[in-house]
Amino acid sequence: MSNLEQEKQLLDGLALNDGAVIESIYRDNYPVIQSFILNNNGNSDEARDIFQEAMIVIYEKAVSGNFELNCLLKTYIYSVCRRLWLKRLHQLQRYGSLVENIEETVAVEEDLEIHEKHNTDFILMETAMNKIGEPCKSLLDAYYLQKKNMQEIAADFGYTNADNAKTQKYKCLVRLKKLFFAQYKNGN
Amino acid sequence: MDELLLIETVERYLKGDMTAQEKTFFEEIRKKNPDIDQLVVEHTFLFHELDKQANIKAFKHSLYEVESKLAEEGIISKKQLTGKAKVVFLWKKYKRSIAVAASIAGLVSIVTTASISTYNNKVDNSNIKDLIYEVKKDTDKKIAEFKDSLNQKTSKRNPNPNYRATGFLIDGKGFIVTNAHVVNRLKTIYVENNKGEYFTAQTIYADKNTDLAILKINDTSFKAVYNLPYSINKTNSNLGEQIFTMGYPRNEIVYGEGYLSAKSGNEGDSTAYQLSVSVNPGNSGGPVLNKNGQIIGIITSKNSTADGVVFAAKSKNIYKLLDALKENGDTVSIKLPNNTGLKGLDREQQVKKMEDFVFMVVGN
Repeated sequence: MSNLEQEKQLLDGLALNDGAVIESIYRDNYPVIQSFILNNNGNSDEARDIFQEAMIVIYEKAVSGNFELNCLLKTYIYSVCRRLWLKRLHQLQRYGSLVENIEETVAVEEDLEIHEKHNTDFILMETAMNKIGEPCKSLLDAYYLQKKNMQEIAADFGYTNADNAKTQKYKCLVRLKKLFFAQYKNGN
Repeated sequence: MDELLLIETVERYLKGDMTAQEKTFFEEIRKKNPDIDQLVVEHTFLFHELDKQANIKAFKHSLYEVESKLAEEGIISKKQLTGKAKVVFLWKKYKRSIAVAASIAGLVSIVTTASISTYNNKVDNSNIKDLIYEVKKDTDKKIAEFKDSLNQKTSKRNPNPNYRATGFLIDGKGFIVTNAHVVNRLKTIYVENNKGEYFTAQTIYADKNTDLAILKINDTSFKAVYNLPYSINKTNSNLGEQIFTMGYPRNEIVYGEGYLSAKSGNEGDSTAYQLSVSVNPGNSGGPVLNKNGQIIGIITSKNSTADGVVFAAKSKNIYKLLDALKENGDTVSIKLPNNTGLKGLDREQQVKKMEDFVFMVVGN
């Protein structure tokens, strides 16, 4: 199998949240990123944060389905981490010249902008979820995020039947929607 | 059309649960009725966002799992401090979590989960451990299953929790304090009282800086309790003060006693105390009480190489947590207990009165 096909498979696995794939990407790439960050004013926890964020960037791209990898995954990951780290250093006002091995990089600014946007949406949704209060939050969380079925939820929450839980769920959804869109419109 | 019914219809439509006939009919309505059309558009968007949320959360969970696994193997390792990094470390101390600070200093959070504990093996001075217990023994599971069979009335729970720690009630309505490192590792959380009853719970706030988290029991089978016998100390405690703690290093509650050995935690961390007391994985989140039965701290971690060096977050951080919660605009109202019901009692009585309010926190 060619490298390209292999990497395509990795991305497909990633989109499916396949633990083995995540692990192999970590194994192949983490050490390089860690040493890059450690060499540039960072510590290993920051390395982990950055790597995690890069993984999410790739995951989002893989899920979106139009991830045309024009370079090695390794190069892509390095480029994303490098960009993210430079940004973090800038925020922390830790300046200094970059020490790095001569690694090839590709332009990732556009991808990171999209990621930023996703991130904002994620936070908006989370804030809205936190604001609807209990038991709405748990109810929606159980149904939409943990994907439990209505019978299970009814039993867990103590509703007498699934229909009542369902009615309650829709009421909660209406509230969530209001909160979410109120913020969404303000924020954007 | 009734709004709820309408939403239900939209949801079925988006999920593809409709029959072909229904679908044609519904699409006809959409075309004719711009309001309904708009509603469908909004809901599509909302569901899409919710889906993304679910996926990202699941993905993050996988990342954590992989990380802990690799940390165990030493692939994700810790570096020792260099001079430069130390300045950074000091500078950052106010911003970053103790966990981070601890690990920079080479002190690894001591989760005794097999996963995290081996961080430590790799690095010479990574010797601070969180005290969360990873359930791996069959016996634990069997006991849990057996307890389950005895308690069919209470919530169903996953019979195979991966982690175990401790928490205690700060409000009888079902608010429990435990460690942030505990809840961060758990996707689903259950708490169990000393009678073996399980309740589902949910994190409502977690603060990495002080390593504290607040859980809310959201189980309808949970009955609110009144008059928690203790209070939560707002002031600093004194060096040498006698303390005791209770927690779940085993599948049953274990008592331990000791004294306050320093007024600051690891690396001079002023939000914590150092204690000399015997604790083990699973004690994370356990209350630390003084002789008057006031809660003065919450067990967070220990130094795995030095004997009896245990760290506990100061209890006044709980007040700060509640303030932060309020600032977040959260509507939950938590009333901290302020009773002196344990004062003057002998220790056995104190423990007996206390143990009903100390919970096992489990999950995976």
